[in-house]
Amino acid sequence: MESYDVAIVGAGVTGAAIARRLSAYSLDVALLEKECDVSFGVSKANSGIIHAGFHHSPSSLKARLEVLGNMMYDALQRELHFPFRRCGIVVAAFSIEEMKTVERLYAQGLDNKVIGIELCSRDRILSLEPKLNPDVVGGLHAPSGGIIEPYRFVFSLVESACKNGVTLKREFEVVEAEVSRVRRHRFVLRSRSGDAIRTRWVVNAAGLFADEVSRIVGGEELTIIPRKGEEFLMDRNAKGYPSRVVFPVPSPDSKGMLVIPTVEGTTMIGPTAIEVEDKEDLRTTHENFERVCASARRLVPSVSERDIITSFAGLRPTLAGNDFYIAVSQVQPHLIQVAGIQSPGLTASPAIAEYVKDLLKQDGLPLVERPDFDPAIEEVPRLRELDPEAADRLVQANPDYGEVVCRCETVSEAEVVAAIRRGHTTLDGVKFYTRAGMGRCQGGFCTYKTLKIIEREAKLSLSEITKRGEGSVVLGSTVGDLPVGGAS
Amino acid sequence: MKKRSYDTIVIGGGSAGLAAAAEIAGRGYRVAVLERELGLGGILNQCIHNGFGLHYFKEELTGPEYAERMIDKSSRFPGIDFYLDSAVLDVKGLIGGEARSGAENDGKPQPDGGLVVYGISKREGITEFTAASIVLAMGCRERNRGNIGIPGTRPAGVFTAGLAQRLVNVDGYIPGKEVVIVGSGDIGLIMARRMTWVGARVHGVVEIQPYPSGLTRNIAQCLNDFSIPLYLSHVVSEIHGRRRVEGVTITPIEDHHEQPGKSFRLDCDTLLLSVGLVPDNELSRRLGVVLNPETGGPYVDASLMTSVPGVFACGNVLHVHDLVDWVTEESSRCGSNVCDFLAGEATPWQGAVAAGANVKYVLPNRYTPSRKNVFYLRTLVVKNGALLRASLSGRTLLERRLAHVQPSEMVTFTLGPDAFAGGHGAAAKGGLADGRLEVSVE
Repeated sequence: MESYDVAIVGAGVTGAAIARRLSAYSLDVALLEKECDVSFGVSKANSGIIHAGFHHSPSSLKARLEVLGNMMYDALQRELHFPFRRCGIVVAAFSIEEMKTVERLYAQGLDNKVIGIELCSRDRILSLEPKLNPDVVGGLHAPSGGIIEPYRFVFSLVESACKNGVTLKREFEVVEAEVSRVRRHRFVLRSRSGDAIRTRWVVNAAGLFADEVSRIVGGEELTIIPRKGEEFLMDRNAKGYPSRVVFPVPSPDSKGMLVIPTVEGTTMIGPTAIEVEDKEDLRTTHENFERVCASARRLVPSVSERDIITSFAGLRPTLAGNDFYIAVSQVQPHLIQVAGIQSPGLTASPAIAEYVKDLLKQDGLPLVERPDFDPAIEEVPRLRELDPEAADRLVQANPDYGEVVCRCETVSEAEVVAAIRRGHTTLDGVKFYTRAGMGRCQGGFCTYKTLKIIEREAKLSLSEITKRGEGSVVLGSTVGDLPVGGAS
Repeated sequence: MKKRSYDTIVIGGGSAGLAAAAEIAGRGYRVAVLERELGLGGILNQCIHNGFGLHYFKEELTGPEYAERMIDKSSRFPGIDFYLDSAVLDVKGLIGGEARSGAENDGKPQPDGGLVVYGISKREGITEFTAASIVLAMGCRERNRGNIGIPGTRPAGVFTAGLAQRLVNVDGYIPGKEVVIVGSGDIGLIMARRMTWVGARVHGVVEIQPYPSGLTRNIAQCLNDFSIPLYLSHVVSEIHGRRRVEGVTITPIEDHHEQPGKSFRLDCDTLLLSVGLVPDNELSRRLGVVLNPETGGPYVDASLMTSVPGVFACGNVLHVHDLVDWVTEESSRCGSNVCDFLAGEATPWQGAVAAGANVKYVLPNRYTPSRKNVFYLRTLVVKNGALLRASLSGRTLLERRLAHVQPSEMVTFTLGPDAFAGGHGAAAKGGLADGRLEVSVE
């Protein structure tokens, strides 16, 4: 049985950031993911906002880690090359009452040490964002806010972690644990498929399932309540969208529905915030579509339903009290709980990783820096970002750059191959890594090309390729397989 | 980076591009056809059913046979170079010797030194093509789930009908065994039959309109002959299944409202979407070509030239046609106009064309009284015995009784110089202020 110092349960952004941070030390670390690829849970449907840090009270752990995390992204981007831009955030107020809330947010932002935060008059906010509803009376501007591709961030973190010795186990759903009080390796974790590993520490970063994982490994009782968010993505050709993330004035339990320019040039509207019971309920509904559109139009009147190219839903893992719960377990030694990581979990994730590293150290895990730690991963050039001269040099060096697989997002075969070689062997995995299939045709033209490249590179038969893992086979059979009855 | 120069660059080697290229090369000009797939013929290659060519070739052909005819026709001309497996990354206009995209100069000023097309291929890398003219012939793409906003889960097993057609007919893969089809467009109908033939069960075709949106002959040959139910005035209101499609909820529409109480579920593992086609104008947009929201294609003058001088458009990139025969006709005509442009012929006076009562659009957007004008239009209404009328400043130039019109069936008519003659010599000279040609269907 393989033995580890630390097993991190969950390869979402939190688990990935922790794994990557721990990879700087001479440790045996396992990163366990129940899905067939990393970032396929909560992190997949994240809105991709790097929050500035004015939404939460200075007394909360959230606020502290949010502001710290925000400041870590520039250095991380230099090492990990994920799409990220500090586009800034505005909060738009539409009444004197709302403006009072904005003033409170401003004060909170100052307390949290948010860099560059400013209160805006109507003129100021309209000069920053001319597409805002002219009924705006004023607002807040936080230039340190930004946007990111959340799954690309997770992919990069995991790639970096693995490059520095972390063992990633996909489709390892922890269903059972043995805990020994005497053994050096306190925990044995067993997967649904019957694999097992030994580990000294467990980090529970299981997102929506942190409560179940806590129960399995003998931790305290947690109750994770999924809060669903539906989002709608607009075509990049759509005109009249803002260049900063536009927030409404928040309500006590939600940051509200936003207009979000994505780092790849599209625009997103949403998310809703509705508590649901089912941790796999990712349905979208027509009613919420109308609510999101109406709410977005109140902020930016030019939002048009006609520009929508797709919709999706995600679930936030919320805990009672709404703060993060990051601590050494009160009942199970050598268990670190990282639960309730909802917004601003993505923003905070690099700081959460630091915090968890410190908790592990305090809990007795010796941290010795690896002399050979390499923080950088290879940057994969993206055809769509190159001018013709640079693209030509690239094709001469690697002809796969000369084959455009996805015409909407200008993704080359070389990029698809790079995704597959990094373990992203499902249609969704390739899509999230490369953007092939994410554009306006939503895979109508590139799906068959992508399938064939996966078939060749991952050595899978076409009937084994899935959209996102077990049970989601894309093509069942070949012509000639099915009994043909003719006219029925 | 390689550099090549031609009289015309044709973007797209489907029936539109091939027809235009043949026309232009036939008059002795040098033409490059850029095709992103490995072979010419475009979408025709996956349309292995028959019914093509009845109007243009006066015989019934399959899609690949039709494509073959077009390829043979165009490859006779030594002036055409075909660049296969060559996608176009960008198109720009040369302004004062500098290549600039439409986005950079907001469509203005107009190119004064020709046009540049950046092609990319595995073998050649990037090639910079320069030419005096471009024919946009990129065709169209399918609308998808996001465009019509079907609520529910997002499992594997949701395909656009055209993608499914390609998978079955070209790659030999069956997308699924238990199928529901959304939309009664022609591809959806053809796929209902095709899926049945490969052994899948098609449980129904769901159409939001009270009438089918595909050709009547396809309803008969693809649904009725196989007893596949057609649910008119119904929508798929939810997709079920977490990993793979498990079923759909179907809801009837009565008095323009969904009736959730009358919903029913069809179990299936596959949902095919045939919910319309959209001209694929991403490159046109980059070049600064002004697009018509009604068609999704460029505004074009009587010679099918877009708002950017030297840039022409034809086929499904201009507007979505019902039959490839019309694409070929329009594109040959476009090619001929490109030749006139290359020959430096002075553009004759043109007047505006407007969609009148019950007309969704009429193309081209301008007419020339001194020449033969071929118009294509789509109606907004379903009607028997409708009267098609073209009038110029209140004077009726053409009246024709049409047996049946519906939005899915394109209507065509021509107006020659004789129709414009008689009291309207002034219009031909450009002396008439209101030279607006209005086309209506009543």
